[in-house]
Amino acid sequence: MPVSVANSQVVYDAMKGVGITLLSALPETWLVHLIRMADEDPAMTLVRLAKEEEGVGVSAGAHFAGARSAMLLQNHGFLQAINGIVGVSLLYKIPLLMLITDRGSFGEKDPWQTEGGKYTRPVLDALHIAHADLRRPDEVQPKIDHAMTLAQASLSPVALLLQRDLMWEEPK
Amino acid sequence: MKRLDCLKAIYPRLEGCAVVTIMGAVAAELYSLGHRANFFYLEHAMGLASSVGLGIALAQPKRKVVVIDGDGSVLMNLGGLTTLARSRPNNLVHLIFDNETLLSVGGGAPGGYKWFTTATATGTDLAGIARAAGFPRAQMVRELGDFEEAALDAINGDQLSCIVAKVDAEMPKSFLIDVHMLENRFEFPRALQTKGGVN
Repeated sequence: MPVSVANSQVVYDAMKGVGITLLSALPETWLVHLIRMADEDPAMTLVRLAKEEEGVGVSAGAHFAGARSAMLLQNHGFLQAINGIVGVSLLYKIPLLMLITDRGSFGEKDPWQTEGGKYTRPVLDALHIAHADLRRPDEVQPKIDHAMTLAQASLSPVALLLQRDLMWEEPK
Repeated sequence: MKRLDCLKAIYPRLEGCAVVTIMGAVAAELYSLGHRANFFYLEHAMGLASSVGLGIALAQPKRKVVVIDGDGSVLMNLGGLTTLARSRPNNLVHLIFDNETLLSVGGGAPGGYKWFTTATATGTDLAGIARAAGFPRAQMVRELGDFEEAALDAINGDQLSCIVAKVDAEMPKSFLIDVHMLENRFEFPRALQTKGGVN
């Protein structure tokens, strides 16, 4: 599968580096290695969600209990979780780090991914949620570190959009 | 069976637990018995109280977590029961007050009249769903004595449990909660993270 193992490892290591001990996730192709790494790591609690909105609640609970967490999701998972993001994270001022695989942009071959990607940034902007793209492996660690710092300081959701250039390796 | 009597029966045992309630009548009635810093009233976000409870239970496995939910909220996040079941935290008890109506969002009326019922009014069995989702313990109770016995046994026990209590669709005497949401939001983690506070 041409999902980058090396860059997934860079992302995973950066999440560990900012103290994340709990990840909630639903799978999507670009996330397969990240989720596997969490599953194989005895120091990481992986919560396999049925629907993304639950993850907002799980992260809030982890925050209350003093643990750092993140959500792994895709554009449509983000759109699915909006009510939780507004009703829990924003309303109650709770840090929430979201790593969203940003499907549906340049290079997208799957027709069914092309709609959700169009609305991710406008919806993030409408909710005033700070976000940044992760495109190159060398920017992953500092941006995840800065995103977590901002989430904790602002008590708000922050999103990192995992880009094709980072996550996908075209078969040679 | 009245929700308030059920809450009175377990109230003393909630000390030291992390208690997460849904909005509305349940929150107001628990508050009316005496607010504590280890009570978090999740206003809005129907369905997510059990998800918040799961996050606490996983991050603090030695603390007992009691989620006090309702049929309308649970029905908005039935998938969450499967997430709880597969995560199977042995320190979480999911209490569900089932009044067969969306009482607190306007589906009930004085006198217990139900004009917007939930599916539990027409036969949906939430304890059955929890059991089929994989909860090691799930049961429905209709009498106060049975509720008290089951709920206390679940809280004192060490397995993921779901107790569904069939209660009257009665409004609380007051919906007043004189603790601001944000005050509650900050005092709750402080109570959970204070050393020596672990139950």
